[in-house]
Amino acid sequence: MKLIILENYSQASEWAAKYIRNRIIQFNPGPDKYFTLGLPTGLPQEHPESYHSFMWNNFFKHIDIHPENTHILDGNAADLQAECDAFEEKIQAAGGIELFVGGIGPDGHIAFNEPGSSLVSRTRVKTLAMDTILANARFFDGDLAKVPTMALTVGVGTVMDAREVMILITGAHKAFALYKAIEEGVNHMWTVSAFQQHPRTVFVCDEDATLELKVKTVKYFKGLMLVHNKLVDPLYSIKEKEIQKSQSAKKPYSD
Amino acid sequence: MRGGQCTAWAPVLQFTNCRILRGGVLLREDLWVRGGRILDPEKLFFEERRVADKQRDCGGCILAPGFIDVQINGGFGVDFSKATEDVGSGVALVARRILSHGVTSFCPTLITSPPEVYHKVLPQISVKSGGPHGAGVLGVHLEGPFISHEKRGAHPEAYLRSFEANAFHDVLATYGPLDNVRIVTLAPELGRSHEVIRALTAQGICVSLGHSVADLKVAEEAVQSGATFITHLFNAMLPFHHRDPGIVGLLTSDQVPPGRCIFYGMIADGIHTNPAALRIAHRAHPQGLVLVTDAVPALGLGNGRHTLGQQEVEVDGLTAYVAGTKTLSGSIAPMDVCIRHFLQATGCSVELALEAASLHPAQLLGLEKTKGSLDFGSDADFVVLDDTLHVQATYISGELVWQAEKAGP
Repeated sequence: MKLIILENYSQASEWAAKYIRNRIIQFNPGPDKYFTLGLPTGLPQEHPESYHSFMWNNFFKHIDIHPENTHILDGNAADLQAECDAFEEKIQAAGGIELFVGGIGPDGHIAFNEPGSSLVSRTRVKTLAMDTILANARFFDGDLAKVPTMALTVGVGTVMDAREVMILITGAHKAFALYKAIEEGVNHMWTVSAFQQHPRTVFVCDEDATLELKVKTVKYFKGLMLVHNKLVDPLYSIKEKEIQKSQSAKKPYSD
Repeated sequence: MRGGQCTAWAPVLQFTNCRILRGGVLLREDLWVRGGRILDPEKLFFEERRVADKQRDCGGCILAPGFIDVQINGGFGVDFSKATEDVGSGVALVARRILSHGVTSFCPTLITSPPEVYHKVLPQISVKSGGPHGAGVLGVHLEGPFISHEKRGAHPEAYLRSFEANAFHDVLATYGPLDNVRIVTLAPELGRSHEVIRALTAQGICVSLGHSVADLKVAEEAVQSGATFITHLFNAMLPFHHRDPGIVGLLTSDQVPPGRCIFYGMIADGIHTNPAALRIAHRAHPQGLVLVTDAVPALGLGNGRHTLGQQEVEVDGLTAYVAGTKTLSGSIAPMDVCIRHFLQATGCSVELALEAASLHPAQLLGLEKTKGSLDFGSDADFVVLDDTLHVQATYISGELVWQAEKAGP
């Protein structure tokens, strides 16, 4: 595991964004080679408008992705389990997930894999814990009655199959979950701990999220930041590489 | 014609690298257009699974809804109040030339004229959609002849009339059929004005108060009968008095029926209204302010003598007078100049200045669902502006209809 500790939310977000950017460039995607980015379902599926709006406004409208290359679990499907199975098949068909980016809940869950979820689970219908329902109430005008109690989610096993996993954790309220995830053992009550057994995991957090960790752990990883920051050094973008081939101008983009 | 099922196959245009005016705010968003209307890109993405067919980089410019001028008497030598054999060509010429001012829809205005003129001219001006040929005609604005003698301004005395005798019948006899009429300006103190206002409003015509010596009470009664607009506030009406605010008092009147908004035209050319007066009106009732040009045929021509209605007009720089007098005779400031002056004089937000020339006139005419905004489903009439609000390009139905000449390399 790489534990990346940044000062605050903005810096952590920026580091994560640069890392993803660099990974995509290094992968060198093309028409026959797609970089498959995995994201957890952010909101329960029963309000597809809210979820689609969320993805549109926060991600899709800012990039030039083709709609055909986006796959979102459909909470309104007639047969929910079939929808989940089909999703797993689509992942396989795409060649597997190259990089999965997610966050964790205060109870240590990844996606909607609440405490007690199997660490080898696949995409499925999941009932939500009260904590999650409370956390989601803000998307439904604070009305608990309106918050869906079920969600479609990728499984812990599904995420473990990704070639690389990046978890973002910011804020003091996540500190205990981070501690359980990386300083205690693998435990299905804190499903993020499963990634201790993944070959390539990056945890990106801010200072507040480290509040429950041992001082020794924090000092150790902060000491590695010099090395880890090389991972986000500017690279020539794919467009610029093309231009470079036709011209000889040398100018990496500025951050 | 636009809209309809065939638009699903029309090409999708995406205007990028711009700030659009939406919901009263300038947002860093792309503008999507299809089939002459503003398109919701989220629906396109998730439901139709499509991307844009063409993209246009707007160079960081502002995209605002096309401007709507509800009071313009002519321009470029054309006088809408003149009864020629080919009024249509004159209207078309003005419609084309005002595209460079960012105006995409307008109401050709006729000042006080004899009935023969109305009977000859009105049938020749029809409501028409805009396009590469020019801005759209929303309908005619008839300013007079049912106005106050004392406050006639530049209107010819000989042709003033009243409708005391036969109310609405007098109106019809004077104008002829009202098919293409959108706005009528009248003085509410004239006898039987309530009947006339109600009859006009029932026909969907917007009634405006102007060229009048009405006190606030008379004005409020007119509003209760259906009047919704004030023609060039401050000009050709009694001045504000603290014990009788007159028509100006409508801006803060508590007698306006609930749910109704009183709109008022302002000529922000820097001449017709002192900036302090502009600020007082704006601060009292910002949501009702409608920028109008009240432009005369001399708009776009040089200094010298020109014709307006049945009278001669003298132009000197940005000012036009009734020849031989000190009476102002309409303005010659283009709409974009008015917007810039309004912004600078009031210190209001760019968003409000732009809405005063687009959203508010659309709301006045009840057209806000299709004009005056960049909401999804609206007609794609918009103008590309730089940061100093100079017009760079004008679009009608998503089609480029005018473009500024680019500076050389």
